Amino acid sequence: MKSPLEISHFENYKFYLPLIFLPFWLLLYIYLDSISNYFVYEILGMAKGIHITESIRFFIYEVPKVLLLLVLIVFVVGIIRSFFSPEKTRKVLEGKPLLIGNIMASGLGIVTPFCSCSAIPLFLGFVESGIPLGVTFSFLIAAPMINEIAVVLLFGLFGWKTALIYVSTGLVISIFSGWLIGKLKLEKYVADWVYQTKSGNIEIEGQIISFSERIETGYTAVREIVSKVWIYIVVGIGVGAAAHGYVPEDFMVSVMGKDAWYSVPLAVLIGIPLYSNAAGIIPVVQVLIEKGASLGTSLAFMMAVIGLSLPETIILKKVLKLPLIFIFIGIVASGIMTVGFLFNMIM
Amino acid sequence: MNIKILGTGCSKCTMLEKKVSEIVTNKSIEASIEKITDLQEIMKFGIMMTPGLVINDKVVSYGIIPKDSQIIQWLEEGN
Repeated sequence: MKSPLEISHFENYKFYLPLIFLPFWLLLYIYLDSISNYFVYEILGMAKGIHITESIRFFIYEVPKVLLLLVLIVFVVGIIRSFFSPEKTRKVLEGKPLLIGNIMASGLGIVTPFCSCSAIPLFLGFVESGIPLGVTFSFLIAAPMINEIAVVLLFGLFGWKTALIYVSTGLVISIFSGWLIGKLKLEKYVADWVYQTKSGNIEIEGQIISFSERIETGYTAVREIVSKVWIYIVVGIGVGAAAHGYVPEDFMVSVMGKDAWYSVPLAVLIGIPLYSNAAGIIPVVQVLIEKGASLGTSLAFMMAVIGLSLPETIILKKVLKLPLIFIFIGIVASGIMTVGFLFNMIM
Repeated sequence: MNIKILGTGCSKCTMLEKKVSEIVTNKSIEASIEKITDLQEIMKFGIMMTPGLVINDKVVSYGIIPKDSQIIQWLEEGN
């Protein structure tokens, strides 16, 4: 057993560590551009302006930048998420009417800890405790689509405006799709046994109490997520760097440009069966945009890849009948396409 | 003492099961460990995130793999 003194000492160190790191983080982030320039042009002595130099500079600058952002955001989101749990979210959503329920469910979908492996228990837990089907769907659409990794990468590679557009259009899609599914009264397409079982609602004591434990969850989130996605980021940015200097600027204009109207539905159709996480797909999308793909089409592609994945939807077959699965995919895909068309029109 | 591990077979669930059975063996605690994989059974405990750890029919943790020291404490309390 640890003595109380030892514990508080240990907790102090966990608590102050992020505060000590933050200034270093900031300095590194601010000077990263100069550091990578210095490294490429001075230390490696590469000539400015040629393709290979620009590709390497791109890689050496973008990888640490995205990783820095990722560590910070995942840490903060990890702490924020420790205040939420599906069980608490369910309690909040109980008895909420359709539209308000959809809005709240979508918002909570962003902050509630979620992994695709818990989609089914979550669906059952929500529906069986009386939360309307449409509200449950709003949650299930928002949770995977608007994840912190996507937001970090969009912010890092495209800037805050694109990140904001992604989050807000994602919210609109999840609110509206859930609302529509609720209005269509599709309960008959839920597997019959679902409504026959009653989910237990025993009082579970809050697991996490102290603030130091919340910080601990921040560390755990960083460890788990960064160790899982760093390789996708490196490879994704690597592909981006390779294309950066070599693929002609207008390469994608004819296929994914604004004027190719069919590019939006095509991007969504290709995106749905593609199973990739945000970390792998966004650096590649950045190259597409750089080479002339329009923002609307690229946004639609990203949303389809991240938010609608065929393998995850097939898991839901255990609790949903096929018509509902198709309606679900259809509504969300139409929502994504609308966003794509809209941005191609106004940007 | 009765220990139940709730989980449909995700990697975290297997890890928790391994961890708990190790602790039980190492500390020679008298306990039966039962693994519950049936979703409807799991739902009856009111949790939505697996793995769940149930000691003497009380859910002590869900959605996470608790720290060793925490598991030992629960097991000692339950005995």
